[in-house]
Amino acid sequence: MSALNDLLNLDLFDYTDKIIAEYIWIGGSGIDMRSKARTLRGPVTDPAKLPKWNYDGSSTDQAPGHDSEVILYPQAVFRDPFRRGSNILVMCDAYTPAGEPIPTNKRFNAAKVFSDPHVVAEEPWYGIEQEYTLLQKDVQWPIGWPVGGFPGPQGPYYCGVGADKAFGRDIVDAHYKACLYAGINISGINGEVMPGQWEFQVGPAVGISAADQVWVARYILERITEIAGVVLTFDPKPIKGDWNGAGAHTNYSTKSMREHGGLNVIKKAIEKLGLRHKHHIAAYGEGNERRLTGRHETADINTFSWGVANRGASIRVGRDTEKDGKGYFEDRRPASNMDPYVVTSMIAETTILLKP
Amino acid sequence: MSLLSDLLNLNLSDTTEKVIAEYIWIGGSGMDLRSKARTLNGPVSDPSKLPKWNYDGSSTNQAPGEDSEVILYPQAIFKDPFRRGNNILVMCDAYTPAGEPIPTNKRHAAAKIFSHPDVLAEEPWYGIEQEYTLLQRDVKWPIGWPLGGYPGPQGPYYCGIGGDKAFGRDVVDSHYKACLYAGVNISGINGEVMPGQWEFQVGPAVGISAGDELWVARYILERITEIAGIVLSFDPKPIHGDWNGAGAHTNYSTKSMRSDGGYEVIKKAIEKLGLKHKEHIAAYGEGNERRLTGRHETADINTFLWRVANRGASIRVGRDTEKAGKGYFEDRRPASNMDPYVVTSMIAETTIIWKP
Repeated sequence: MSALNDLLNLDLFDYTDKIIAEYIWIGGSGIDMRSKARTLRGPVTDPAKLPKWNYDGSSTDQAPGHDSEVILYPQAVFRDPFRRGSNILVMCDAYTPAGEPIPTNKRFNAAKVFSDPHVVAEEPWYGIEQEYTLLQKDVQWPIGWPVGGFPGPQGPYYCGVGADKAFGRDIVDAHYKACLYAGINISGINGEVMPGQWEFQVGPAVGISAADQVWVARYILERITEIAGVVLTFDPKPIKGDWNGAGAHTNYSTKSMREHGGLNVIKKAIEKLGLRHKHHIAAYGEGNERRLTGRHETADINTFSWGVANRGASIRVGRDTEKDGKGYFEDRRPASNMDPYVVTSMIAETTILLKP
Repeated sequence: MSLLSDLLNLNLSDTTEKVIAEYIWIGGSGMDLRSKARTLNGPVSDPSKLPKWNYDGSSTNQAPGEDSEVILYPQAIFKDPFRRGNNILVMCDAYTPAGEPIPTNKRHAAAKIFSHPDVLAEEPWYGIEQEYTLLQRDVKWPIGWPLGGYPGPQGPYYCGIGGDKAFGRDVVDSHYKACLYAGVNISGINGEVMPGQWEFQVGPAVGISAGDELWVARYILERITEIAGIVLSFDPKPIHGDWNGAGAHTNYSTKSMRSDGGYEVIKKAIEKLGLKHKEHIAAYGEGNERRLTGRHETADINTFLWRVANRGASIRVGRDTEKAGKGYFEDRRPASNMDPYVVTSMIAETTIIWKP
C-alpha cells in the first residue's frame, strides 16, 4: 500500500499555504477522546489565534438533539506527528453556546485554580506517570497473553526485553518519538510489572499545561494503537487476580517545596492531603477500589499513609528529597483513568489554597 | 513491489515536457464516475485550452451501439495527486456530437442557472458535507464490522479514535491531503456516527465550482479506496436498523444573507424552499426515503421543518447565524448520492430566481 503511504506522507508545503488543524476534545464519558479536522489558510501556533469551532454534542452524550451544538475553545497547540509539515493538534475544552463550560469540562475549573495568585506564586510542577494496558483487538485480552489462558506470573516483565517478556514496544517507542515531535514534554517510558502494560511520564510541567500535555499524549497513544490494530485501555485493574493494576502516580512540588526548608512544607502539604483523603479518592478515577487493595504496590483505598521510598503508601517521598531537605513527593493514589485537570488542580487547591 | 512504485512515482519533468491528463466524467447511472487518460504536448492549466475528447457511450449506458460517441467538454482542471508532477485531472461533462447535453449531463443546466444575472449578483456560496461508507471488498459489509454480526451500538464512533472505534482512517487522511494537493477546497473531515462511515466537507465554493469540486473529490476518494482494496458506497442508508444513514448536507448563503439584515433574507429563502419541498426531495437522491425517517438526526421525508441548532430538522440554522443576524443555513435533506450540480443549482433557483 505504498501508494497510500505516498499520499499520507505528502508534504503540501510546495503546493499550498493551507494547513490541517485536528481539534481534540474529551467526550461524554470523561475519558473518551474525540477529534475532527479543519483546513486553515496558513500556519498557526498561538491557540488564541485559532477560531472557535463546534461539534454535535448529541452524538457524544453531551447535548440533546434539539440543541446539539457544543462549542470548542482552542487551548493548546502541538505539532501533528501523523500529518507533520505545519499541521497541528489543538487541545480544546467544551462550552454551551451561551459560554458556560459543559459538565464534562473539567479544564475550566482547573484553570481557575491555577490562576489564583497564591497558586501562581507557588509555580506548581507536575510529573505524571501514565500507566496503560494494550489489548488484542477482538478479544479484549492483553497483547502477548495466550487467548483462553495466562502468561507466566509477574517477575520478568518490568523493564524486560525479549519477545517472551515485552509485548507492543513498537507502539511505546513510536509514541515516545511522536510526543517529542509534537512538543509534549515526555520524560520517559518503561515496561510495567504486568505483561502488556506500559508507562510513559509527562513532565515536569507547570500548572494547567501538565494536564493539557497528558491528554494530548493519551490522544497520540490511542491514534497509534489504532494504526497498530491494538486496543488501548486505561482501566485501573484490567485483569483480576495476582496482576498489577494501572495507575497515574502524580509527582508534585511547589516553589516552597523546591527551596531550602522545603521538606517541612512537603510534610505540611501531605498532612492537608490526609485530611481530605476521601474527597481526593472520590475524584481520582472510576473503579479505583478494584486497584487500591493494599497489595500490588498500592495502599488500601480507605487508608491514608505516607512514607519515604515506600511503594505501599498513598504518598511516597523519595530518598533524594529526604536527603536534600527539599524536592517533591508522589501521590500514588490516582488511577490510570483519572482526569489530570481534576487531579492536578485538586492537589494544588488542597495544599496551597485550603486552610485546614 | 518497490520496482512498481519506482515506476509509478517516476518524475517525468526531467525527461519530457509531455503531461498526462485524466479526463473524468459521470456515467449512465448518474453516480458512477469514469475516466481515461491521454498525453498532452505540455502543461495546461486552463480548461478552455484542453482539447475536447470522446468516449464509448454504449459501454456506460449513455448511447446506443450504432451511434456510440459521446463528446467530453473539459470544464475544470485539478492537479493529479496520483501521478503528481505536471499531470492533471480534468472534470468534463458530456454532449452528443451535435452539441446537445446528454440526459445524464446535469452540469449544463446548472451552469445556465449559475450564469443568470440575478444569481451571479448574489454570489451563492456552498459548503457540502459529503458522508460515505467504506465496505469490505468481497462481502459488502462495512469495514471494521464482524462478518455475520454487528459492532457495539452507535455512541463511541463519532469523531472517535482507537482500533475499536475508527476504521479506515488511512483512506480518509490520504484523501484529505490528496484533495488539498489537487486544489480541491476541502475544508475538513470527521468520523461519523455509524462505524465505518466518514465525512469530508468541500467549500466554501462559489456557484458551479461547488459541483465540480465535489465530483472530483468523490473521484479521488474512489481511486484511493481502490488502492486500499476497500469499496466505497454513497448509499443513503447502507445498513437497515438503528444505524445512521449517509447524507450530503448542503450549506448555502448568498451575498444578501451574508450582509447585515441577512437573517431575514435567510428566513424568506427557507420559506420558498418549504413551498417547493416535494420537488427538491424528488431531486435530492435515490433511496432517500430509507434515510429521512425522522430518526437518526433526520427530519421525516414528508415534513418540512426548520429550526436553529436542531439536527432533526430539514433545514438547520446555526446559532452563530442567529446571533450575528446574518450568515448561512444548512439544507439537511440531500442524500449522500445526490448530484451536487442538481442540488446546488436547484437551491439557487428556488431561493433567488423563483417567485412563488
